[in-house]
Amino acid sequence: MTWLNQIIQGVLLGGYYALIACGLSFMFGVMRIINLAHGSLAILAAFAMFVLADRFGVQPLAGLVAVLPAMAVVGWVLQRGVLERSARGGQLVPVLSTFGLAVVVDNLLFQQFGADTRSLAPYAGSLAYDSWAITDDIYIGRLAALTFATSVLLLGALQLFLTRTALGRQIRATAEDPDTAGLVGVDARRANAIAAAIAMVTVGVAGGFLALRATFDPYAGGPQLIFAFEAAVIGGAGSLWGTLGGGIVLGVAQSLGAQVSPQGFLIAGHAVFLAVLFGRLFRGRFGLRPRAA
Amino acid sequence: MSEQNTLAVERWTPTSAASVLLAVAAMALLAFGPRLLGAEQVDRLTILFIYVILAATWNALAGYAGLVSIGQQAFFGLGAYAAVRLAAGGFSVYPGLVVAAALVGLLSLPLSAFMLRLKGGEFAIGMWVVAELMHLLVNLDPLVQGETGTSLIALDAYAADTRRDQTYWMALGSMAAILTVLFVLLRSRTGCAIQAIRDDEEAASAVGVRVLGTKRIVFVIAAFGTALAGALWLATALTFQPKTYFGIQWTAYMIFMVLVGGLGTFEGAILGAVAFFAIESWFGAAGVWYLVGLGASALIFSLALPGGVCGWLERRFDLRLLPVGYRLVHRRAPTSSNRDNRGREIHAVR
Repeated sequence: MTWLNQIIQGVLLGGYYALIACGLSFMFGVMRIINLAHGSLAILAAFAMFVLADRFGVQPLAGLVAVLPAMAVVGWVLQRGVLERSARGGQLVPVLSTFGLAVVVDNLLFQQFGADTRSLAPYAGSLAYDSWAITDDIYIGRLAALTFATSVLLLGALQLFLTRTALGRQIRATAEDPDTAGLVGVDARRANAIAAAIAMVTVGVAGGFLALRATFDPYAGGPQLIFAFEAAVIGGAGSLWGTLGGGIVLGVAQSLGAQVSPQGFLIAGHAVFLAVLFGRLFRGRFGLRPRAA
Repeated sequence: MSEQNTLAVERWTPTSAASVLLAVAAMALLAFGPRLLGAEQVDRLTILFIYVILAATWNALAGYAGLVSIGQQAFFGLGAYAAVRLAAGGFSVYPGLVVAAALVGLLSLPLSAFMLRLKGGEFAIGMWVVAELMHLLVNLDPLVQGETGTSLIALDAYAADTRRDQTYWMALGSMAAILTVLFVLLRSRTGCAIQAIRDDEEAASAVGVRVLGTKRIVFVIAAFGTALAGALWLATALTFQPKTYFGIQWTAYMIFMVLVGGLGTFEGAILGAVAFFAIESWFGAAGVWYLVGLGASALIFSLALPGGVCGWLERRFDLRLLPVGYRLVHRRAPTSSNRDNRGREIHAVR
C-alpha cells in the first residue's frame, strides 16, 4: 500500500513537473531555443507573488493573476532583447546568453531577499494542507490535485491554441520555416515574441505552484530548470502531452526513489533521465524533437 | 612568371611564431617561480594556472568542437574525489592527481557514447544532469561523509613550503602539457575535422569526417583536463566538500573566461583566464555583485561581442597570436625587382 501511495504521489508530483516543463518544451518547439534562465524566471515569479502576499496581503491565487501579465511582458522583452539577438549567432549563443541571464537573475534575487527559504503555503490557508482520504493509507492533497488539474488544463489549452487559432497557426508556421511564413504574411518576430510571452506565462504559473507546494530560495532556479528539462526530454518530443507523460515518469521515479533512501529522490530522477537517453541510443530517436504541437 | 595574383595558404606568420616562442619562454621563466617569488604569489599563480586549464579545455569543447557544456563541474569534482580516494588508499599524492584525472578521462569515454548524441542546448543541460548525479553519488561514499566532505590528509606528510612548490610546478606542468596537446591537436588534421563538425555536422560527415569519434577525442581530453584542474585545486585547497567542487559556479567561471577572452581563439582562453584572475582578485570580495557582474558580462559578450576580446583584435587589427587554422592570402607574384609584397587578405579560415 505504501508503494501504491508513492506512485500516486509521484503522478501528482509529475503534474507539477509538466507545469514547469511545458514552457520549456513549448519554447523549444517554437523557437528551437532552450532557455537556461527558465528555472530562475520561475523563481522570480515566485518571489513576486511572495512579496505581494507578504507586504500587501494579496492572496496567492489573486497574486498569480497579477504576476502573469508581468511575466508575459518579461517573455516579450526576453525574446526581443536577448533571444532574438542570440539566435542570430547560431545554436550556441542562446545557451551562453541565457546562462548569463540566469546567473544575473539568481544573484539579484539573492541580493534582494538573502539566503532565507520562503514559501507561500502560510498565506494559502487550508489549501496548503487539506487532503482527501481515499483509503486509510492514501491521501490526495488538494493542492497537489489542483496542480495536476492546472497542468492538464494548461497543456490542453496550449494544444488547442496551437492547432485551432489563427495565431497558433502563425506560431507553428514560424516554427517550421520563418522565411516561408514571412512570404505568406506572418510577422515572424511578432509570432516569436508572442510565443515567448506565452511560455513565460506558463513559467509564472509553475513558479506560483512551486511557491505554494514547497519552499524556495534565490538559487532554486537551477534545480527547477533541470526538472523541467528532464520531464521535457523524457516526454520525448516538443509534444505537449509527451511533456505530461515525461513529468509523470520523473515524478514517479523520484517518489519511488525517496521510498528507498532519502538521497534516492534526486538520484532516481536523474538516473531515469539518463536511462531514457541510453535507451534511445538503440532506437535512433534523441532528445527533444524540434516541432511545435 | 607573369605578373599575376596568386593565392597562398598561410599558417605561421612572424607574429605568431614570435608569440609561440614568447609563450614557451614565459613558461620556462615561470618554472623558476618558487625561487623568485614569495609564498603568496606562488599560491596565486597556482590558481591562475588552474584557471587557464579550465578555460583552455572548455574553449576546446565549446569554441572549437561546438559542444557547450554547463556540466564540466562533473569532471572537476570527480577529479578531486578520485584524488582523495586514491590518497586514502595509500597511493602517492602527487602522481595520484594525474592518475585520478586519467581515471575520470576513462570514465568520460562511455559517457560520451550517449551524451554526444545530444545537440546544442540539450547537450548543455544534459551535462549538468550528469554533474548533479555524480555529486549525489559521491555524497554516498562514506569517506566523503555527505556534504561535510573530507580533506587530503596525505599532504600533511609534506612541509608547507615543499607542498606549495610541488603543487605550483605540478599546476604549471599540467597547464603547459594541456596547452601543448590542445595546440597540436587543433592544428592537426583532427583539429580541422573538429572545427568542420562545429560549423556543419552534416557537411563534415558528407566529406568523410567521423563525427562521433572526433567529438569524443575533444570530450575526453576536456574531461581529463578539467579533472586534473579539480585534482590540483584539491591540492591547493586541501579540503574536499562536494558542494564546492560540483557547483555550477565553475561553469559560470569557464563561460566568463572564454567569452571575454574569445570563444574559439586559442589565445583567447588564456587571456580570459588572466582577466578572470585579475577581476577575482580585485572584486571577488564584492560577493553577490561580483557574481552579477560575471553573469552580466557573459550575457553582454555573447550578445554584442561573441568573439570576445581576441576575436575583436583579430577582426580589427588582423592580429593572430596563436593561430590554429589556415588562411588564404592574396599574394602578388614576384615582380622583376624580386620584391615579395604581401597582398590583401581575402579570406581567413580559422
